[in-house]
Amino acid sequence: MLLEISALTCHYGRIQALDGIEVAIAEGELVALVGANGAGKTTLLRCLSGVQPASAGTIRFDGRDITRLAPEERVALGIAQVPEGRQVWGPLTVEDNLRLGAYRRRGADVAADHARMVAMFPILETKWTQPAGTLSGGQQQMLAIARALMAHPRLLLLDEPSMGLAPLLVAEIFRTVEALKAGGTTVFLVEQNATAALAIADRGYVLETGRVVITDDGRALLADERVKEAYLGL
Amino acid sequence: MFAAFLQYLFAGLTSGAIYALAGLGFAIIFNASHVINFAQGEFIMIGGMATTALVAAGTPLPLAIVLAILITMAVGMALEKFAVEPARGADVTAIIIITIGASIFLRGAAQVVWDKEFHSLPAFSGETPLDVAGATLTPQSLWVVGVSVAMIVLLWWFFNRTLFGKAMLATSYNRLAAQLAGVAVKKVLLASFALSAMLGAVGGIVMTPITFTNYEVGIMLGLKGFSAAVLGGLGNGMGAIVGGLIVGIAEALAAGYLSSAYKDAIAFVIILLVLFFMPNGLFGKRGSERV
Repeated sequence: MLLEISALTCHYGRIQALDGIEVAIAEGELVALVGANGAGKTTLLRCLSGVQPASAGTIRFDGRDITRLAPEERVALGIAQVPEGRQVWGPLTVEDNLRLGAYRRRGADVAADHARMVAMFPILETKWTQPAGTLSGGQQQMLAIARALMAHPRLLLLDEPSMGLAPLLVAEIFRTVEALKAGGTTVFLVEQNATAALAIADRGYVLETGRVVITDDGRALLADERVKEAYLGL
Repeated sequence: MFAAFLQYLFAGLTSGAIYALAGLGFAIIFNASHVINFAQGEFIMIGGMATTALVAAGTPLPLAIVLAILITMAVGMALEKFAVEPARGADVTAIIIITIGASIFLRGAAQVVWDKEFHSLPAFSGETPLDVAGATLTPQSLWVVGVSVAMIVLLWWFFNRTLFGKAMLATSYNRLAAQLAGVAVKKVLLASFALSAMLGAVGGIVMTPITFTNYEVGIMLGLKGFSAAVLGGLGNGMGAIVGGLIVGIAEALAAGYLSSAYKDAIAFVIILLVLFFMPNGLFGKRGSERV
C-alpha cells in the first residue's frame, strides 16, 4: 500500500473532526472520498499533508510512518496537495507559481516540467507572465493542479477541484484527473460532486461526521442505496 | 532661501533613508508573520553600538561593520527562535507585545554589555563637505543614501530573482499554499528576522558618524520606521521606502521652518492623519479581498 491511514483522530481545539479513520490506497489507484459538508474531508487531507496535526493514529506513506513529519518533508517524499479553493499566489506570475511548485526538487529540470504542464494545460502558456490572480476560476484550478504536479508527486491529493466551476470546466477537470491516473499517478480525490467522482474512481470512501461509514468500489458505491439517498440526491 | 530649502531636503533624505530601511524591516517581518516587530529599532541600535565598540577595541572599520551586521542578524534570529517561535499559535497581538518586551530587554542588555554613553564613528570618507547650490552636503550623507539604495536593490533582487526570495513572497501571499508546495515556513520566518535585522544594522552603522548612537536611539528610530511602514501601507515594500522619505523630509522641513522642538512630533502627526483618512496607507491594499 502506498498510503495507509489507521485509527487517525484529529481535533480542532476540543472539537473532534476525525474519529478512527482507516483508509488504504495502493499505488496507481484513483480513490474518491465523498461526504457532506463538514464531514471532515478537507481535515483528512490537511492531516495527510501535515498542516493539521493528528491527535492519534498513524499515517504511513510507502511503509514509512509520516504522522509527525513536517509538511515540507512530506512534499519531498512525494505527497502534493491541490487545496480547496485553488490558493494560487495571486500577485505572482503563472511561471513563478509553477516554479515554486517544484520548490523541493533541488536541481530539477524545471524547463522540461514547464513544457509538460503547458502541453497538459495550453491556456497557461498564453498567461505565462501574468499574475495568477488575473486568471479565471477554471484557469486558476488548472494552475493549481499543474503547480502540484511540478512536485512530481507519487500521491496527489485533490480537494474539491470542481468547486465553483462551470459544467464544461468540471468535465475538463475530471478528464484531467482520469488522464493523471492513466499516467500512473496515485490520486486521492475529495469531492462534493459525488456522482462524477465515484464514476471515475477505482474505490471510494464515504465520510460522515469524521468517520468512514461505507467503503467499496466506485461503481458499487454509485449503486448503493444509502449513498444514493444521502449524497447523490437520487 | 533656496539654499536653506536644499539644506533641509538633504537632511530629510538622509534620515528618510534610515527610516525607509527600518520601514522595510517592519514590512518584511509583517509579511512573513503578520507580526509588527517593535524591536526593529533595537536592530538599528545594536548595529551602531556593536560597530563603535569593535572599532574602539581596535578592529578595522570594514571588519567591524561586517561583524556588527552578523551580530545583529544573530540577535534577530535569536529573537525569532526564542521569543516569537515558542509563541506560535498565540494571538498576533500577544506576539507583538512579546517584541515590545524584547526591545526593552535588548536596550537593557546594551547598557550592560556596552554603556550609556553616546558613541560615534569616523566618517567613512572624510568630513570635507561638498557645496551644492549653496547648501552643504557631507560625504557621509551620500554614504547613507547610497548604501540605502544599494540595500533596496539587493532586496529587490532577492525577492524577484532568487527562489528562496520568491518562496518568502509566496508565504506572505498564501501561507497554506506555500506549506503545501514544500516551503518550510519556519525557515521563512527565521530569514525574515535575519533580513530585517540586517537592514536595521546597516542603517544604524551608516548613520552613526552623523547622528551618534547610544543604547536608546532605537526607540525613536523604530517608531519613525513604523510610521514610514504604516504611511506607505503596512507590508508594502515600495510604500515603506516612500513613507520613510516622506517622514524624513517632513520632519526636516518642520525642524527648519517651524522649530526643531516639533521635529519628532511630525512623524506621529503624519501617522495619525494617515490612520484617520487612509487607514490602508498610501500604497496599501483595501481591507477586503476577493476570494
